[in-house]
Amino acid sequence: MRNFFRRKSSCQVAKDRLKILLISDRVNCSPEIMELIKNDIAKVISRYMKIDAENMEIQINTKGSKAGKATKTSLCANIPIVDVSKPDIHKDTQNVY
Amino acid sequence: MENTFSGEQKRSEVIVVTSGKGGVGKTTTSANVGTGLAKQGKKVCLIDTDIGLRNLDVVMGLENRIVYNLVDVVEGNCRVKQALIRDKRHPGLYLMPSAQTRDKSAVNPAQMIKVIDHLREQFDYIILDCPAGIEQGFQNAIAGADRALVVTTPEVSAIRDADRIIGLLEANGFNQMDLIINRLRMDMVRRGDMMSAQDVMDILAIPLIGIVPDDENVVVATNQGEPLVGSDSPAGQAYANVVQRVLGKEIPFLNFEKGISFWTRVSGIFHKI
Repeated sequence: MRNFFRRKSSCQVAKDRLKILLISDRVNCSPEIMELIKNDIAKVISRYMKIDAENMEIQINTKGSKAGKATKTSLCANIPIVDVSKPDIHKDTQNVY
Repeated sequence: MENTFSGEQKRSEVIVVTSGKGGVGKTTTSANVGTGLAKQGKKVCLIDTDIGLRNLDVVMGLENRIVYNLVDVVEGNCRVKQALIRDKRHPGLYLMPSAQTRDKSAVNPAQMIKVIDHLREQFDYIILDCPAGIEQGFQNAIAGADRALVVTTPEVSAIRDADRIIGLLEANGFNQMDLIINRLRMDMVRRGDMMSAQDVMDILAIPLIGIVPDDENVVVATNQGEPLVGSDSPAGQAYANVVQRVLGKEIPFLNFEKGISFWTRVSGIFHKI
């Protein structure tokens, strides 16, 4: 009762912590591999637009539906774009499709 | 048409009780499930695979009767039968103790499989009490098992380790893993200070086979060296239900909330004061 209004229950804290903890445990992805993935993504994206590769971030997240076990794990990349229009390359990609 | 041999093989089931983390109740669970199955008229062999830190013998109250142990069997110092201690209180219940003065490397998975295959001919159920950790002791314990009981408590550390264990069991080809949630305290769950059984199930996502409430009778039973399965205590009832489910029967889960709600309310009042 006391902490009902004040803050999250310790049960909720435990669940939230476990969710994040188990993702990194389950993925079994070393920081080096994550770095390689990041570099590869940066390489691909920079073919189409100018990005700030220094400040990009990648993370593995899960979106859990509260009802059941259908938790989806996803890779989230946050890539700052410096310049969207790289006209010459843009043309090439349009030709592809 | 089944031939006698495959029928015989199918009849016995080898169950490993594991958890990853220590102190969550693997040995207590092994002792109670094994004793419970024996009470149901099954021939049961309990094997303590925790070499160097054996405890199943004391939980079972059979520590004074050890002559030979698992390592003696593996090394050929005795026959398998000589290392089996018969529990006089329950017909059909046997214990193969572990060695106390050796370490995990005294046995390898191939040797475990050989011992288990020998025991399969004589027993309906073989219960392996797995040591904590994921090293060789764990590899030895799971090598010969058909299915696993994963024991956890509703705590972050135990759940994390259980998740790791489930991953390792899957990688080792296990397809039957069942979860036992031990030491659940309904009063704390109601206060929001402990994860509920449902919360734990959602995280670990394997079938639930038992919820065992935190019960001081477990300590008393361990003091006395007599597993409490089937006794008139919350944990005794919970373990009796686990045994029925291991046997393949569908038993509804005990609702501990009912019995505890009044007490919780009273304690809630004291909390406010």
